[in-house]
Amino acid sequence: MDVRKTYKLFVNGEFVRSESGRAYRPDGSVNVPRGSRKDLRDAVRAARTAFPAWAARTAMNRGQILYRAAEMLDSRGAQFIGLLGGGAKARREVDQAVETLVWYAGWTDKLPQIAGTVNPVAGPYFNFTLPEPTGVVGIVAPGEPALAGMVRRLAAALCGGNVVVALAPESRPLPALTLAEVFATSDFPAGVVNVLSGQRRELLPWLAAHMDVNAIDVAGCTLDEVKAAEAAAADNVKRVIKVTADEASPYLITAFMEMKTVWHPIGM
Amino acid sequence: MAITKKQSAELAKQVFEYAPAPEAIDHIRIQPSYGHFIGGRMVEPHSKKRFPTINPATEKKLAEVSEGDAVDVDRAVKSAGRAFDSWSRLSPSHRARYLFRISRLIQERARELAVVETMDGGKPIKESRDVDIPLSAAHFFYYAGWADKLEWAFPNRKPRPLGVAGQVIPWNFPLLMLSWKIAPALAAGNTVVLKPAETTPLSAMVFAEICMQAELPPGVVNIVTGAGKTGSLVVEHPGVKKVAFTGSTEVGKLIQRALAGTGKKLTLELGGKAANIVFEDAPLDQAVEGIVNGIYFNQGHVCCAGSRLLVQESIAEPLMEKLKRRLSTLRLGDPLDKNTDIGAINSRAQLEKIQGLVASGVDEGAELYQPECRIPERGFWFPPTLFTNVSQSYRIAREEIFGPVLSVLTFRTPAEAVEKANNTPYGLSAGVWTDKGSRILWMAQRLRAGVVWANTFNRFDPTSPFGGYKESGFGREGGIHGLAAYLDLN
Repeated sequence: MDVRKTYKLFVNGEFVRSESGRAYRPDGSVNVPRGSRKDLRDAVRAARTAFPAWAARTAMNRGQILYRAAEMLDSRGAQFIGLLGGGAKARREVDQAVETLVWYAGWTDKLPQIAGTVNPVAGPYFNFTLPEPTGVVGIVAPGEPALAGMVRRLAAALCGGNVVVALAPESRPLPALTLAEVFATSDFPAGVVNVLSGQRRELLPWLAAHMDVNAIDVAGCTLDEVKAAEAAAADNVKRVIKVTADEASPYLITAFMEMKTVWHPIGM
Repeated sequence: MAITKKQSAELAKQVFEYAPAPEAIDHIRIQPSYGHFIGGRMVEPHSKKRFPTINPATEKKLAEVSEGDAVDVDRAVKSAGRAFDSWSRLSPSHRARYLFRISRLIQERARELAVVETMDGGKPIKESRDVDIPLSAAHFFYYAGWADKLEWAFPNRKPRPLGVAGQVIPWNFPLLMLSWKIAPALAAGNTVVLKPAETTPLSAMVFAEICMQAELPPGVVNIVTGAGKTGSLVVEHPGVKKVAFTGSTEVGKLIQRALAGTGKKLTLELGGKAANIVFEDAPLDQAVEGIVNGIYFNQGHVCCAGSRLLVQESIAEPLMEKLKRRLSTLRLGDPLDKNTDIGAINSRAQLEKIQGLVASGVDEGAELYQPECRIPERGFWFPPTLFTNVSQSYRIAREEIFGPVLSVLTFRTPAEAVEKANNTPYGLSAGVWTDKGSRILWMAQRLRAGVVWANTFNRFDPTSPFGGYKESGFGREGGIHGLAAYLDLN
């Protein structure tokens, strides 16, 4: 007889039930917490608190932690293949997700060398530009592919030193909620990754309008949701990231980053 | 602190008296009335409506410019759309040559442009002559060189232009903002419809002449004048694929909201409330010059102005004394005079906004200091102003004043300086003054701002990306990053 797992939200490094006490059954059998506006608020607060220390980690350290996540995901490969329905397609998706984490793990300490510049200004100044994380990022990952899509969006944001509040795909939340267990065992500091399940129409408006969220990734949104999220995002000039979820590129890392330029005079 | 108003007046008398040194304006030909620049020529506005643009230093009318309506904007966007097909397919090296030509023409007509800029906007001639116009030419020269090197800028990508860019610019650096917008857009192969600010349209009208002189293909650059309504028509026109706006955060948010769901690519360069942070080991005399340049440059009409001075407590008194002394030597007056440090406030509306915020500072309990300063009888003026005893919650410490008004706060530790500097929804720029290299880099890492000036302030260069964090906007202008904003890199 199985010892069944209770699925929970992942907030501030802990697996918690929704403060609302609600649940829903996306596949008709398993109970999944139906996160609320207050859960979202808690997740954003945890992320904001975690941000400075995570952003201050060395690029190498962030790379090691992302690589650790790849190891953890790979070691649970069979579990994820099962969650994705089994078969060759599921196996490919898990392989892809692992590969994505490995790929982005390798970018952390190379990106500034590609995206940064030393600028030859016309004067006696040393001037350079470096990418920095934008801060708290909201992620709405697509339902398909439920695991690889979420991993691609999370990895790109985390790689640059951002902290994340992700909404699990409403109809297929189990891979994302289980992925939280991977992040929980990969040495990510508490609050760097937060995963909420629940109804998109209930959570997305708050995520898009939240004044302490710096960017929102709408890869998994419908056109109408994108429009509403973009309008709400204007409240605090949030960055809205719109990409197709099957891409992997350093430009997707810089999409979650700010360019900072520093000047200093040269003199004796 | 130690210097009283009377002493400052005495100090002012001790400094050199300057004889008037007016810049010649007899070579300037401002037409009585301007149309829009559409399809390579000046055209009558459909609206038939015109409005005056005045010299804010004299309140005299300089010319009348056209008020663009929906039909004018539609014509401009269609003209840009037609030009896009051939401009985007033109050999990149020829695109480069047009931009080089424009850069050269700006250099050739530099003094004329500087004088027009100063007359129309009120900024001191030494600033328009030495900063605005040379940087404008430099911007075109820099981006001209990129036009045929785009593949080298973005490895593994096939950079493609976006289409018609709709661009709306502010009144504080009219020609420079025009250049920041048009140069990268054209280099990337886009065509543009630009809306200059309603109070400073004239240098854009001279720029239209330059486009004609350069024999730029018709429709590649279109300029429609007008106020905010015209601007919203430009950015909301369905034919516009890319929107670039520089201006207030308030209007930036309106644009971001208006563009929701349209798929238009957007960059915003908005307001700021920069902290200029002076540590006790800073070279104080240099820091004083940096503080003055940071907030009184261009009458404080600068989005990245160092409007919050954070001084380490241990040096607050001597620094304030030096600063007040320096303030008393600033020369306010005729912007066309080559000795003028502080020119006219750009408009009556802006003057009233500054006056309102300064009054709020006094009401909330801050201590006001203004040097003895003769204010001309006509025109819009505001003396260099400094507030001490400022709390972080005061409006003058939180809101962008966009005038020559400095709020002074103190701190004890570097961590407190960072905390206070970042305590704002803005994040455009910051300044750090210290002799300690490691502290500069420590501070630079922690300041949430797009530009950090260490032991300098308000420096600009076409190769150097500029733009904000948080509510100061997104996207960068300048450098290779500024090019990316005008390309499809997918």
